[in-house]
Amino acid sequence: MSKFQLSDKAFDRVNIIFVSIVTLIIIYPLIFVISASISDPQAVNTGKMWLWPVDLTFDGFVRVFQNKAIWVGYKNTIIYTTVGVCIHLFILLPAAYALSRKELMAKKFILWFILFTMLFNGGLVPTYLVVRSVGMLDTMWAIVIPGVVGAWSVLVARAFFQQTIPDQLIEASKIDGANDIYLFMKVVLPLSLPIIAVMALFHGVALWNQYFSALIYLSDESKFPLQLILRQILILNEVSADSASNAAGAAQSFAQQVKTASLVKYAVIIVSALPLLIVYPFLQRFFVKGVLIGSVKE
Amino acid sequence: MEIQPPLKQSRGYKIKKKFVANWQLYLFLLPVMTYFFIFHYIPMYGIQIAFKDYFANLGIFGSPWVGFEHFERFFNSYYFWRLLKNTLILNTYMLILFPLPIIFALSLNELRNGPFKKWSQTLTYAPHFVSVVVVVGMLVAFLDPNTGLVNHFVRLLGMKPIPFLTAPEWFRHIFVWSGQWQSLGWGTIIYLAALAGVNPELHEAAKVDGATRMQRILKINLPSIMPTIVVLFILNIGNFMQIGFEKVLLMQNNLNSETSDIIQTYVYETGILQGQYSFAAAIGLFESIINIILLVTVNQIARKVSDNSLW
Repeated sequence: MSKFQLSDKAFDRVNIIFVSIVTLIIIYPLIFVISASISDPQAVNTGKMWLWPVDLTFDGFVRVFQNKAIWVGYKNTIIYTTVGVCIHLFILLPAAYALSRKELMAKKFILWFILFTMLFNGGLVPTYLVVRSVGMLDTMWAIVIPGVVGAWSVLVARAFFQQTIPDQLIEASKIDGANDIYLFMKVVLPLSLPIIAVMALFHGVALWNQYFSALIYLSDESKFPLQLILRQILILNEVSADSASNAAGAAQSFAQQVKTASLVKYAVIIVSALPLLIVYPFLQRFFVKGVLIGSVKE
Repeated sequence: MEIQPPLKQSRGYKIKKKFVANWQLYLFLLPVMTYFFIFHYIPMYGIQIAFKDYFANLGIFGSPWVGFEHFERFFNSYYFWRLLKNTLILNTYMLILFPLPIIFALSLNELRNGPFKKWSQTLTYAPHFVSVVVVVGMLVAFLDPNTGLVNHFVRLLGMKPIPFLTAPEWFRHIFVWSGQWQSLGWGTIIYLAALAGVNPELHEAAKVDGATRMQRILKINLPSIMPTIVVLFILNIGNFMQIGFEKVLLMQNNLNSETSDIIQTYVYETGILQGQYSFAAAIGLFESIINIILLVTVNQIARKVSDNSLW
C-alpha cells in the first residue's frame, strides 16, 4: 500500500516538472520579445540579453510611435475589425436563431447548403475572380465581406440557441402576440450575451491577425492593415524609410539603421499584439467556451 | 367535378400557411444565404474555368473549353512531383505530431485544480493569439545567422551559425515545430473537456484494485476520450494539404523553395501573381479533390473500425 502511494507521489512530481518545462518553453519566446523590446539593440543582437532586459531603453517604442505607416495600419485594422465584427454578428445571429427553430421548413436543405461549403469550396482563384467582379478590389469590403461568416460559426451559434432558449419561452411570447423580429430582439438577444461575446471575439481575433486577404485584394498602401505593415517590417526587412528620415535625418549611418531596425522590430510586435494579450486572460473563459460549443457534434 | 385532390391541396395550403406565419425567420436567413451563394457557390460555378481558357472579356461562361489541357500541363510540368512531395511530407509531418496535445492534456488533467494548473493553461494558450506574421517575424529575428538568439547558442556550442531560414533542410522542422508552439496549449481544450466528463467511479474502482496513476491514465482516461480523438483526427485529415499555407508563404524564399514550394503557394504564384487563372484553378481543383477523397476514406475507415465518424 505504501509503495503504491509513493509511486503516485513520484508520478505527481514528474508530471509537475513535465508541465513546467512545456510551459516555460512555450512562454520563453514571448518573454524574450518583451525584454528585447526595451533593451539596447546592441545587447540583443550580440546575445547578451537572453532573459531580462539589458540597458533599458524605450527608444523602440518612440520609433514605432513616430512611424506613420504603423499608425495608418493600426487605424485600418481597427476599422476593418470593428466593421467586420458588426456585420458578422448582424447576419450570423438572426440566421443561427432561425435555424434553431422547429417551425422552420426546409431546414435540412438550408443546413446542407451551408455545411457543404466546409467540405468543398471554389478555391483561391475563382473566389478572387468573384471578389474582383463585384468591384471590391482595393476596398475595405474585400477584407471584411468574403469571410464574413463561416459554416462553423453558424453551427456553433445555432447549437447555443438550441441549448439555451427554451421552446416554452418562445411559444409563450408568441401567444402573447409577439412576432419573430420582436421576439429575437427583446427576448432572445438579451439571453445570448455569451454567444455574442464568443462569436465577436473569435471573428475579431481572426480579422485582427489576418494578412492574406489584404495581400491579394489590396494594392493601395494607405489601406493596408497592420499585419501587412508588420510583414514589411519583420519579414521583408523594409524598415520604413519615413521613420528613418523624420527621426534623425538622412545622415544616418548604416550601422545606425540596423540598430534602429532591430529596435523597431520587437517594439512593433508588442504594440501589435498588445490589445489581444491584455484582453485575452480576462476573456479566456469565453474563448474556451467557444471551442467547446463548437465541438458539440451534430 | 368539383372534387380536387384534397390531400395535395391541403398540403400545399399548409406549407404556404406555415411559410407565411414564419416569414420573418426566412428574412433572418436571407443575408447569410445570399452571402454563401455569392462567395461560395458562385466560385464553385467558376471552377469550370479549370477546363476552359479564361478570358476576362469573355467571362466565365463565354470562355472556350479546352478540356484537361491545364491538368495535363500541370501533371507534366517540372514542378509537379516536387510540389506534390513537399505538400504530402509537410502535412504528414504535422499529422504525426497530432498526439502531442493529447499527451499534454492528459498531463494537465492529472494536476490538482489550483493556480499552477490555471497558470500553465493561460500561458500555453497565449501563442494561439499571435498572428502568423508575428510568428514568422519572430522566427526571422531568432534564427538570424548573425544576430539571432538561436545562433548565439549554436556558436556557444562551438558550431558554425546555421542559416535556418534559407536552408531547405531546415524549413519543415521550423515550420512544423513553430506551429506546435502556437497550437499545443490551445489544442488541449477539447480534450480537457472530454476528460472532465470521465466517470470518477471508474477511477475509484481501479484504485481499489491497486492500479497505478499511469495505468489509470492509459486504461481509463485515454479510452474515454477516444471518440473525441477520432473525430478530431478526421477533421484534421479533412484539412490535410490546406493547413498553414499562409505561413508557408511568409516563410518561403528563393533559397528554401526546394522544400517550401507546396501546391497552394504555387496556386497563389501562378494564379494571383501571374494571372494564369485557368491553370491555377485547375491546380486548386486537383488539390480539393485529393482532400475530399482523403476525408471520405478516413471517415469510412473510422466508421468501420471505431464507430466514431463525422457522418
